[in-house]
This record gives sequence, structure tokens and C-alpha cells, in this order.
Amino acid sequence: MLHIKCPYCGTRSQNEFAYGGDATIKRPELNKEVSDKEWDTFVYFRKSPRGKHLEFWHHISGCRQWFKVQRDTTTHEIFKTLKPNEDI
Amino acid sequence: MQKYSVFSLIKNALKGHKDWEVAWRNPTPKAEYDVIIIGGGGHGLATAYYLAKEHNITNVAIVEKGWIGGGNVGRNTTILRSNYMHDQNGLFYEKGMDLWKSMSQDLNFNVMYSPRGIINLAHSDAQMNAYSRRGNSMRLNGIDAVLLGREEVQKIVPMLDFSENVRFPIFGALMQPSGGTARHDAVAWGYARQADSMGVDIIQHCEVTGFDVVNGKIKGIKTSKGDIKAKKVGLCVAGSTSVLAEMLNMTLPIETHLLQACVSEPIKPILDHVVTFGAGHFYCSQSDKGEMVMGGDLDGYNSYAQRGNLPTLQHVLTEGIAMFPFLSKLKMLRTWGGIMDMSMDGSPIIDKTHIEGLYLNCGWCYGGFKATPVSGWTFAHTIAQDRVHELNAGYNLNRFSTGHLIDEKGLGTKTWIS
Repeated sequence: MLHIKCPYCGTRSQNEFAYGGDATIKRPELNKEVSDKEWDTFVYFRKSPRGKHLEFWHHISGCRQWFKVQRDTTTHEIFKTLKPNEDI
Repeated sequence: MQKYSVFSLIKNALKGHKDWEVAWRNPTPKAEYDVIIIGGGGHGLATAYYLAKEHNITNVAIVEKGWIGGGNVGRNTTILRSNYMHDQNGLFYEKGMDLWKSMSQDLNFNVMYSPRGIINLAHSDAQMNAYSRRGNSMRLNGIDAVLLGREEVQKIVPMLDFSENVRFPIFGALMQPSGGTARHDAVAWGYARQADSMGVDIIQHCEVTGFDVVNGKIKGIKTSKGDIKAKKVGLCVAGSTSVLAEMLNMTLPIETHLLQACVSEPIKPILDHVVTFGAGHFYCSQSDKGEMVMGGDLDGYNSYAQRGNLPTLQHVLTEGIAMFPFLSKLKMLRTWGGIMDMSMDGSPIIDKTHIEGLYLNCGWCYGGFKATPVSGWTFAHTIAQDRVHELNAGYNLNRFSTGHLIDEKGLGTKTWIS
């Protein structure tokens, strides 16, 4: 069982959260010409690192806010949680 | 190579089993190979076997970080099926079903092939319609499919919950009678033994630490047992593909996720089919030892841990008990986890790469085991001929750019979509 610290509510059990994937992916800028390659990379391609991973979680059975978690994908150690507009 | 048969068994029994040959050697790596396969799992071993058997390429090494049979080929739930709707999937996996039929004879190793039939339960009229469409698509591709009504399912699998007041009543099912199971370890050992006998070097406990790429062409690999030169290199490392891709500065349309499975204590024979739940993700069969073999959803977040987390197991087994109420009386014997390449459209990738002489086999999601023979067969063709076979042409890497996705279930890494 993961214990995740929601930046708004504090530490809760994993059962209250939903996973949202890699948080380092940036959508191509709006109102700009986007190449097919840039779009494919944004939609499909992921680094999927073994080790530290910055990812989105959703406190779906709690405050319903999205936030970022930095977690080790092998040990599941959680180093830091951040609000979505914060950077590591 | 010593042939396994009832006569060799009797002969060796009379001599006190002292004269059995080792099943495969433990060689030190040569300086150079024609082909190196990275990953000694089922797919890697099958690839080496078909390279030798179908393409006469025997100067081959399999480089494995752990030991053969210790990864996903030893961690799956042993199900064989080809019940897919899309042509690419149906034709590919059906070729696999043909290879499964003759595998024990081909490998001279009993893989305990058991075509006991796989039954996908339906829990609504809409699902029955979807299954009849899928069944018709399967039959058009020459795959056996039978649509069963509620009473027919009750006759075949009477211990399912057929009571009236359940949340997901059973409306019927789609059955592939030729689906079934095989002994997963035997598949790995059988391929390893045959590949070894044809000259393939199986190098265990040898970790790949880097690649030698010059002017866009592969020259060899760096390993914990030294550098090895190679004309061609095939990646067959489900679960760890992204780690090796990073060494090659490649980013792939896959994420590594964890999938759990479990077995109950052994009980008397009760279930002679593979049955899947249609209102969630749960499947169950009974092994020859009597254990109920069960599995279901991913843990849901990127993981290289090779061990699972209880909330998912609880969720999966809740579905299991909804389907088979008797499961609640059983003790759990073992649970374990394996790491999967989850591709973005839920279908695998068997293709060449932008690096000359480097070939990619990855993205098997939930269902790599059933593909073991056909994955090896088509990957060996792709490596030997330097071009994809028509059976794996659709599993190319650039489908994510061209939009030709093979989205059989419409979900890849994002399991919450379902």
C-alpha cells in the first residue's frame, strides 16, 4: 500500500488516488505550427525511467485535485509531492 | 543431443538416472556473433531457436541478465488464445496457435499443451452483440469461435454464479474451443535445449551495460562479461525495454507497468476451461496441480518492482469471487508480479529500428506468453531477412506516427479508460 501525501489534504492511503502518468510531458504550444513528430512525441512517447519518476496523481476520492509526485519506480519510495504548477 | 522418450526414461531409470546430459551448456561468450539476442525469456529463446531452425543462422548468442525462465515466461498465467477481432492480431496469434499444436513434438519436450477452451463471459445484451461481432470476425480469419447462451455456459461451467440477484448476471459467452494453457517453464526449457543443441550460446547472468553503435550501425554490445561484437542485435527484454532504449537514446511508445497473478491452494479438479470475467478484468484456470490460477489488472502506475501491491490484488479477487463464489473459501498459496511493456495501443512492436542491424521486439502488454512461438518465428524472420514478415508488418514502430494503431481493446497503459 502506497501512502501518498496530497499537498492539499495530507497523507492518505493509495486507495483514495488515481494515477495520471508522466508529469514531465509538455503539450506543444497553442497557436503554433505543430509538426507530426512533436505531436506523436507528446501523445505516445514516454521515457518510462527505472528510478525517479515525476508523475501526476489525482485525489479522486478526496479533494479531487491533481498534483505531482516524485516516486522511485523500483522501490516506490516517494520523495516529494507538489502542486501542479510547482516544479521540482 | 539426447532424445527424450519413454525408452530413454526407462533406460535412465534402470541406471539410477546418473547418465542424463545437461539440457544446455553454460558457455563463455565468444568475441563475435552473427546475431545476439538480448533477453533469455520465452520470446528470446524462441527467436534463437527459429533463427537456427528456419534460417540456418547458428552463430547466435542469447544474453540474459538473470537466468532463463526467471522473468515473465515464468510469471505468467499460461493462457493460449487467438480470440482477436482485428486482422493483424487474429492472423498473427492464429499462426501462434498452429505452432503451439506441434510444439511438444518439435521441441521433443512436453510443454503440456492443453487446448481446453477459453470462455469470455458476457454480462449484458450489448456485450453479447459485441462478442457475436468479434466471433464472426474471428471465424472470417479461420479462428474457431462459438457464441454460447446462458444455459450452455451453465452446462459447461456450472460453478459460476448463476443466481438472479447478482450485479453482473451472466448472459452468455464467447468461446474459443482451441484456446487453453501450456506449461510455461517447459516452453522456456524446451526452446533453450533445442537452441543450444543447434549451437546457440545461452549466456546467463550477463547484464548488458551499453551498445556499440558507429555511424548508425550496430557493431556490438557491452556486457558485465566484456564486450561482444555482433552483426545484428535483437532486443527481447519485455519490461526492461525502456531501460535499454535509454542506452540507445531512443524513446519508445511504451511504459513499464506491473501485473500480478496468484494461485490458490490445490483443490480437486473443478474447472476444465479458462474463464474470463466480462465486467472487469479477471481470469481463472485450474493447473494440473489443482491450483486455481488467477490474474487481472495492472497495479496502475509505472513500476519496475517485480512485486505487487495489495489493493489491486484485492480488487481483482473481488471480481473473481463475484464470478466464482467458491473462491472465497480458498487459501491463497502464492502471489507474484512481473513487469510489462505496456504499449500505447495495447499491441506489440516487432520491427527494425533506425539503427542498422538493431531489431526491436517489445510491447507485449498483458499477453506475451501465448505469442511466444509466433513472436520468435516472426522476429527471427525479421532479423534474418532484414525485413518484416507479413504477419508482423502491422506491428511496426511508426504506426504511432501514421495513425495505423491496432487498438483491439482501445486501451494501452491507461487502464482506467475501461
